[in-house]
Amino acid sequence: MGQSAENKARAERNLSNQSKLFVPEPQFRPGDTPDYSHISIPTNHSPNRPDPLCDAHDTVEHALKLIRVLRFNGETEGEWKPDLSADKMREGLRHMMRTRAMDERMFTMQRQGKMSFYMKSTGEEAVSVGHAMALRDDDMTFPTYRQQGILIARGASMKEMMCQVLSNSGDPLDGKSIPVLYSFKKHGFFSISGNLATQLIQGVGWAMAEAYKNTDGIASVFTGEGATAEGDFHYALNFASTYRAPCIINVVNNQWAISSFQGIAAGRGETFAARGTGYGLATLRVDGNDMLAVYAATKWAAERARNGGGATIIEHYTYRKEGHSTSDDPSKYRPENEGDVWPFGDPVERLKNHLIHIEEWTQEKHDALAEELKKEVRETFKAAEAMGSVANSTQLPDNTMFEQVYETEPDHLLRQREMFKGEIG
Amino acid sequence: MAKMSMIEAIRDAMDVKMTEDRDVLVFGEDVGYFGGVFRCTAGLQEKHGLHRCFDTPISEGGIVGIAIGMAANGLRPVAEIQFADYIYPAYDQIASEASRLRYRSNGDFTAPLTIRTPVGGGIYGGTTHSQSPEALFTHISGLKTVIPSNPYDAKGLLISAIEDNDPVLFLEPKRLYNGPFDGDHQKPSVGWKSHELGEVPEGHYTVPLAKARKITEGNDLTILAYGTMVWVAEAVVKNMGISADVLDLRSLLPLDLDAIVESVKKTGRCVIIHEATRTSGFGGELSALVQEHCFYYLEAPIQRVTGWDTPYPHAQEWAFFPGQKRLTRAVKTIMKAA
Repeated sequence: MGQSAENKARAERNLSNQSKLFVPEPQFRPGDTPDYSHISIPTNHSPNRPDPLCDAHDTVEHALKLIRVLRFNGETEGEWKPDLSADKMREGLRHMMRTRAMDERMFTMQRQGKMSFYMKSTGEEAVSVGHAMALRDDDMTFPTYRQQGILIARGASMKEMMCQVLSNSGDPLDGKSIPVLYSFKKHGFFSISGNLATQLIQGVGWAMAEAYKNTDGIASVFTGEGATAEGDFHYALNFASTYRAPCIINVVNNQWAISSFQGIAAGRGETFAARGTGYGLATLRVDGNDMLAVYAATKWAAERARNGGGATIIEHYTYRKEGHSTSDDPSKYRPENEGDVWPFGDPVERLKNHLIHIEEWTQEKHDALAEELKKEVRETFKAAEAMGSVANSTQLPDNTMFEQVYETEPDHLLRQREMFKGEIG
Repeated sequence: MAKMSMIEAIRDAMDVKMTEDRDVLVFGEDVGYFGGVFRCTAGLQEKHGLHRCFDTPISEGGIVGIAIGMAANGLRPVAEIQFADYIYPAYDQIASEASRLRYRSNGDFTAPLTIRTPVGGGIYGGTTHSQSPEALFTHISGLKTVIPSNPYDAKGLLISAIEDNDPVLFLEPKRLYNGPFDGDHQKPSVGWKSHELGEVPEGHYTVPLAKARKITEGNDLTILAYGTMVWVAEAVVKNMGISADVLDLRSLLPLDLDAIVESVKKTGRCVIIHEATRTSGFGGELSALVQEHCFYYLEAPIQRVTGWDTPYPHAQEWAFFPGQKRLTRAVKTIMKAA
């Protein structure tokens, strides 16, 4: 947000600072009518598409602009338009809709007490799906908790995902992690930590190992904009630059970190992508609600990393349409309709409109697909729930908690296992 | 059999593993061309290549962070933290990430990495070059914490640590790098070359993790020690002419409880000594374990000999250091008790 817009908002809401200490506030709070007319949507769409092996300095402007491919009227435009067949685009649309359908069902099921917790990625499906489709399936991703679309796009079993969320006997993690903190090595999906930003630097290490082994594998790491304030983010940029690690550092700027607006993490910084400039990294900023733009930016960064050009930071500019998690009520800190008036639209609608525009899709087919996915999700959940849930019995033996602390169970844990046996009689 | 200082033994362990296994990498601040501020990595870059032994930015969290990613991706990184006093920026990566990765992913991903770092005082390092933070790490499930007291064990334990499939924190008592130190700083220092544990085999051998070493054998008292304090304890036993088991624990987690229990049941008396501060120190855990497992065999209350609950002072270094005098008083007290 520009300084003048912010000052105006503060004055209107009678939030003038009472001292010299400046504390940033979002433009709109509950009860306000959100107005995003100050956010300019680039009409000439995109900055140019430089050679992926260009000097990092040639992308300085890309950190301040916004790569876009899909216009709101369904047309595509600009140098970044990817060479994607209609089949591939329909596949992407399906992955996004499937992700959304699963999120919807899981949210409802959490409300019915079937699971302790859930996190939706609604509005951000293009980021995870577009990104995954542009990578190789064996490129390791280090996701945070709103990239379930990567798993969907890579063909993970939805039932296994649901069993993880239910913490039941079908959970590949044996109930050790809270819902949505998935781990799927077989799908290039690193175990998600609940500690934010820690995995950025681990992903850089993974990428350094790929380079050491002389492979052409890359790593792709994720953070929300809020956690860029962690030291780990800076470790990652620094090490990625120093060792030219073949990786992509993604900042999903969805405007909100639980209740803190992006300005709390941003400070007076230009954009989150521009954080990379000082480290000498290539920097791209992309319309995160535009699956084709996300795909194109990822392709560019992956090609750069794979061919020895080093790391790229991509800021995915998007909006978190739902609460942070099932434990959150966003109406307490932001206007209820803010997501609806967010000027970049909905990622599913935008790709659908394009496919209809090029006569490769119809509203009828779209509705039928939505219905089909809803049914699939409902039936899959039934099968997953049959394997247990925290609502009744997880069907997981409690003593699995002693497993996988170490490769071999040490004596002190064996003794504690015995103590626990005595406790349960 | 070669004569080696602890520095040479540690370097040799890394050299042996780097020669055997291309997945072993060594990195940290100043460890590359220069060979480390304590010289533990001297020559490794020249011998094994820039890409296998290299300098890192001054970023302990970053060092451990990349080590986790490399380890998860099949390598065997050995990361050096220049002083244990500087390890705290990496604490989150060690406690929340390296130590939890196997568990939270149910074995899908693991982090077989080794973190080497010098600990302890005795070199006029003051508050920021003398700390013994082992208890902050033995409290972490999923991590192993090891601390050798001599060149033979240092090499064998470090090879075991590198080969272990779980993360290992390898603490190096810096006052023991060049020779056994009995706590008397006014005596001329002695090198490892004249000590039997300075005899280090060439090539590959291991010392198992979780096995204590008996330094002296006796019937009247058990002294539990590790790191620099092993040699303080040995000197006190010798000078007092008492019959005591001095156990060098070598590995704090996992711990060789069987060796401790066997000894204390035999002697009925137990003194615990560590250089770290007293409150919530590892001695508290040892004391609780001895009480739980040997209570009916004890003839006197357990004694703890430790550093004081202050930061490690500079000018007052030897007043802080738990040397022979402090240990002797504790031994006299416990021997007098009925």
